[in-house]
Amino acid sequence: MEVNSAKELREQIAARGIKSVAATGALFERIEAYEPVIGAYISTFKEEALARADEIDAKIAAGKQVGVLGGVAVAIKDNICTNFGVTTCASKMLEDFYCPYNATAVEKLLAADAVIVGKTNMDEFSMGSSTESSGLKVTVNPWDPSRVPGGSSGGSAAAVAAGMCYAALGSDTGGSIRQPACFCGVAGLKPTYGRVSRFGLVAYGSSLDQIGPITQTVADSALMMNVIAGDDPADSTSVGEEYAGICDYLEKIDEPIEKLKIATVPKFNAGADKEVQKAITDALEIYKKAGAEIIEIEMPHLDYAIAAYYVIATAEASSNLARYDGVHYGHRSEKAKDYIEVYSKTRAEGFGNEVKRRIMLGTYALSSGYYDAYYLKALKVRNLIRGDFVRAFESCDCIMMPVSPTTAFKRGEKINEPLQMYLSDIYTIGANLAGIPAISIPCGFDEKGLPIGLQILTAAFTEDKLLRIARMYESQTDWHRRKPNIIS
Amino acid sequence: MEYKVVAGLEVHVQLCTKSKLFCGCGVGFGEAPNSRVCPVCLGMPGALPVMNKEAFEYAVVTAVALNCETAELTKWDRKSYYYPDLPKNYQISQYEAPLGSNGFIEIAAEPGQRKKISITRVHLEEDAGKNLHTGEDFSQVDLNRAGTPLVEIVTGPDMNSSAEVRETAVQLQRIVRYLGVSNADMQKGQMRFEPNINLVITKDGSEYKTPIVEIKNLNSFRALERSVDYEIQRQLEEFAGNGRTKEAGNKTTRGWDEERQATFVQREKEEANDYRYFPEPDLLPVELNREWLKEIREGLCELPIQKQSRYVKEYGLSDNEAGVLTAERSTAEFFEQAISYGGDAKRVCNLLTQVGLKMANETGCRLGELDMKARSVAALAKMIDSGEINAGAASVIMPEMVKSGKEPQIIAEELDLILESDVRELEAIVEQVLSENPKAVEDVKKGDKKSKKAKSFLLGQVIQQTKGRANPKVISQILARKLS
Repeated sequence: MEVNSAKELREQIAARGIKSVAATGALFERIEAYEPVIGAYISTFKEEALARADEIDAKIAAGKQVGVLGGVAVAIKDNICTNFGVTTCASKMLEDFYCPYNATAVEKLLAADAVIVGKTNMDEFSMGSSTESSGLKVTVNPWDPSRVPGGSSGGSAAAVAAGMCYAALGSDTGGSIRQPACFCGVAGLKPTYGRVSRFGLVAYGSSLDQIGPITQTVADSALMMNVIAGDDPADSTSVGEEYAGICDYLEKIDEPIEKLKIATVPKFNAGADKEVQKAITDALEIYKKAGAEIIEIEMPHLDYAIAAYYVIATAEASSNLARYDGVHYGHRSEKAKDYIEVYSKTRAEGFGNEVKRRIMLGTYALSSGYYDAYYLKALKVRNLIRGDFVRAFESCDCIMMPVSPTTAFKRGEKINEPLQMYLSDIYTIGANLAGIPAISIPCGFDEKGLPIGLQILTAAFTEDKLLRIARMYESQTDWHRRKPNIIS
Repeated sequence: MEYKVVAGLEVHVQLCTKSKLFCGCGVGFGEAPNSRVCPVCLGMPGALPVMNKEAFEYAVVTAVALNCETAELTKWDRKSYYYPDLPKNYQISQYEAPLGSNGFIEIAAEPGQRKKISITRVHLEEDAGKNLHTGEDFSQVDLNRAGTPLVEIVTGPDMNSSAEVRETAVQLQRIVRYLGVSNADMQKGQMRFEPNINLVITKDGSEYKTPIVEIKNLNSFRALERSVDYEIQRQLEEFAGNGRTKEAGNKTTRGWDEERQATFVQREKEEANDYRYFPEPDLLPVELNREWLKEIREGLCELPIQKQSRYVKEYGLSDNEAGVLTAERSTAEFFEQAISYGGDAKRVCNLLTQVGLKMANETGCRLGELDMKARSVAALAKMIDSGEINAGAASVIMPEMVKSGKEPQIIAEELDLILESDVRELEAIVEQVLSENPKAVEDVKKGDKKSKKAKSFLLGQVIQQTKGRANPKVISQILARKLS
């Protein structure tokens, strides 16, 4: 009963080759076996998942239609609200927070008959690139437990890589889907800003945040997009069908793009490790063989992306996280003597260091007298970067670059050097600032046997094209079929 | 010491939309605490605001009515401060690009005079909840009000007396009620006024400005006026005592103590309040469609002060009378209807202001809500003017009209209030009066200074003889004929 993707599983369940309850049961056996080492989940819902799998099997047995994820086990990053289990954002602040509602993306998964197996670990409130900032637990990289899984959606990526779910939802503010997908050797798609509803996604940087899938294959990302993409009246920043229609992302997934024109940014790529650079060069060769043309472009303002990002994201975060004050829900300090202390002590106890650091940075950037020099200037840089991308896509179909300058680093290696950690986001931040879609797919391994990721970026609302370009490479390679030792 | 009062108003108006500004919860008052809340207005993690179009329209209508320039593109900003009644610890407001700016209103500063008060800005924002200080060592928070749409109106510092502050507030209340965008009940906090006031004192040929004070907790026009009067005296005394003058950062906030009829310090120094405004990323900027604005402008009703001025000019009413009639839209509309049925303006005005409003007051409703037809009031006015009944009879007939729904003519007949108009009968009485008062008749015929007085005397005698049941018009005619 070897099933290699969510899509395959879904097809087998629908064809009554496999029962969802059997697949889900086997999945929980793997979770029980690997989870003590990997630590991908903050909570799991075994009983509920099996009961739901049973229901879906019964529906199928009764000849009823089931949704496109009928019986497929899916994991959800713990900053996406569910009205079952806790929604912690991996923070002590929300350790016991039971959300009264489901995020739109969760509602859509449920409507598509997905079986939700658990909520995954992450950097606290998505602030981090290694999942080491989780206030609740440690997640390790399934390829090497001494290394980080990446972040902030490290739990989701590790769970997919370790076969502890068939697909997962992550969220990406500056690379939080793509970088852990890269470190864990799986596919991770950050959709266009506005493509997937943010309603129920606990905000970090509201103008940058986007929910997206982490999956074993490109086709699975397309399948997940078919479920979660679309306009949502509850999210004013989601984009209407009349402006940018969604489509069946699976329909033409295996059709290559004719006369594909790929752009690279040589100066930019030179900053990556030699092995990463080589893997990217090799990947480009594969595209060339498939008939693609490679051109070189300049992105003059991308050098300022990290600076702009860490001003905008932290400024928004300082405001978004103001609500965690111990008054209405979540952690409340027991040591507070008055309401001011309810605020200060609750926040001092509830937030971890990285969150505090970013709240302070953002508060400073928005302070009167500094606003123009920091926040406003960052917005201007953001516009220039957006312009760089718009111009670039006038002369190419997509841009390719590394996801991360390195493969997965050692746990503890960078956690005390926040600036080093921030700099590792260099390749992923551009897509968030520009609001465009980008995907990370496996494109090789370094000498230590750690996965390397290829990042592909396309113009806004062209996820269909992006997925087809990614699939062109995937169909020529088998990196995505490799499994970490822990499960092979 | 000569001094000039300088005052401006910051006004918050709760809009009477069906739902809150950014979620579907109903707008209400007095419901069980936390019964009108949802994840959005509770500021739960992951919840997102969605703009209420009706609230936006109400705010635009308000800005247009206040003669504001409207922004072509307006946007939302977050205003950050920590307070338990503010669940997100930021308020969604408008900072950089308010809906309206540079407007003005007219107030009746003195009867018959108009003064322009500038409107600096008009913007839309969400209200906070309420902290209930219910226990000795704890407080509770009711978030029913959180997210209620609020229009903030800021005037220029153009008022120079407590009466002008009051008049400006009254006009603003009338305007938002005319527009139907707010119930504007001060007691219920639906309209809140916060005056900013200081004095410019001239002493030994130099001018001194006293520190600005903002007054809060005012829940009636009376309190508003008195608090400003109190503040004028207090600032005069304070200046005489310590000579302190206005400087950056020494604005204070004082609360109004209704019991002591005095203001008290709430916040000593205007702490360098840094609200860290920045554009709200969860909402899109709103473009104001020109066509739509045009429609709003054209659909705007005549505003109370415009009506007031028109009534003076068109109907010859006094400014005070016109002010009373236009205070509420329903009264003014009733008045205009009665006139359209042929009632004399001055007479209808008297009926409404002297009898109608008193009845409404006693019933606890608006004049327009009384079960009384404008057509009938017009008929009543005509009866008085033709001398069919005494003017005084209206105070009996009008309440009866509401009570029984009968026409004034019928009521007057039933209550035997119709005056005697039979010329022959009246002629006999006139003859009798004239023969009994030869001196007066002589005075009238002489036509000198005493003539007018004598004429009234004779008229009075006839009325007395008829016990007030004769039509004075008819008597006058007979008298005039007999004495010519």
